Amino acid sequence: MCLAIPGKLLAKSEVGGLLRGRVEFGGIVREACLDFLPEAEVGDYVLVHVGFAITRIDEEEATRTLAYLAELGALQEELGEAASRPEMGDETAAMIPVEAGHEAS
Amino acid sequence: MKHLDEYRDEKLANALVARLKATATKPWVLMEVCGGQTHTLVRYGIDGLLPAGMEMIHGPGCPVCVTPLETIDKAIALAGMKGVILASYGDMLRVPGSETDLLRAKARGADVRVVYSPLDALKLARENPGREVVFFGIGFETTAPPNAAAVWQAARQGVMNFSLLASHVLVPPALRALLGAEGNRVQGLIAPGHVCAIVGLADYHAIAREFHLPIVVGGFEPVDLLEAIVMLADQLEQGRAEVENQYTRSVRVDGNALAQAMLADVLTVCDRKWRGLGEIPRSGLKVSAKYAAWDAELKFGLTDRPVEEPKECISALILQGRKKPPECAAFGVRCTPERPLGAPMVSSEGACAAYYQYRRFEAERELVEIGR
Repeated sequence: MCLAIPGKLLAKSEVGGLLRGRVEFGGIVREACLDFLPEAEVGDYVLVHVGFAITRIDEEEATRTLAYLAELGALQEELGEAASRPEMGDETAAMIPVEAGHEAS
Repeated sequence: MKHLDEYRDEKLANALVARLKATATKPWVLMEVCGGQTHTLVRYGIDGLLPAGMEMIHGPGCPVCVTPLETIDKAIALAGMKGVILASYGDMLRVPGSETDLLRAKARGADVRVVYSPLDALKLARENPGREVVFFGIGFETTAPPNAAAVWQAARQGVMNFSLLASHVLVPPALRALLGAEGNRVQGLIAPGHVCAIVGLADYHAIAREFHLPIVVGGFEPVDLLEAIVMLADQLEQGRAEVENQYTRSVRVDGNALAQAMLADVLTVCDRKWRGLGEIPRSGLKVSAKYAAWDAELKFGLTDRPVEEPKECISALILQGRKKPPECAAFGVRCTPERPLGAPMVSSEGACAAYYQYRRFEAERELVEIGR
């Protein structure tokens, strides 16, 4: 029910005092109400729930999350390889730094 | 699709699983609230990737599942009235009421329509001025503002043949009921990302303090959920009980102010019965007095007629996270999505439907092994 799909805002228009947008979801274009998100600009990705854009996807935050995860992935890979070498024991895994990289909100 | 595919990456998921295994030293018990998150966990087998002993309990975040029988009966009664078009989201149609469901009512001639958006229901009302269109609106804080907006627009445009049968529920009161119940096992919580995108994080800070509970606002893709689980394990291992946001790309600390204002204008907090959980004070939303002309309950003079739940269905225990679907004797045998005994088997967010869709062969295999 709370399913919301990210789509790209292609166009904005006003119909009878209501803000409408054309939003593309992987090739399919549908109309969405922008009344809750008037600040969304053409080109932005927005999350659409039951025909309403409810939030803008923050590209900077998305990039930051993915960069953090990619870094973690690279680190795990390195440790994985290290762990498979005979001189390194299982305790290698315990050496993974615990700093989370997330701020409490 | 952008902003989806990246969070289904196997490499990232594996890295997070390895990180989790390096972090978690105890069999932590976590709960995800939202049924959408439950489906991702079960679909991708994330619960099976957790370190030994760590467990995910599935929460009550399936609005279709917690809509009380009495309200479904009301919708069915409304659908049977002359001149009424009853519109709702598709999942609601197969949820069994006390005697029948909306789909069977439709087969018997009731005018029941499936809509994607509440605005589609409003459009139906404009296109059918001689009919009464009732929108059966369910949902948590994510769905309440759009449904409220349909009422607001009806009022603004003077569409008098539209009304809302509101069965909205709020997450925090249900969480407090579950967390405060005797025998609660939940040690960390994945908060529902799209609910928080609307309401923000304030309520969850209060819950984290009240129950000394680590909370991470999580997204809906496998990598999102794994990251949220890692963040919860970190908090638990370090003895912290804070609110953190994994889903920063979509959730702002204060939520969406315009959606909150719409909700506050059109809907008002009320006591609400939850299927499976019972009556919870101030846990629901109903149409406020200012919009009484668009409140289906008042317009059609509907009253509650208490009814019994089917005896064999253990959905109450499922919704409280006390039992898992395969523990039910009827699961997959006398209860299937085609012939459901209870709502969790119907909804695309119901825990029983998730296990049926992705795990039923495992359950069968186990039965065969036990049989040997």
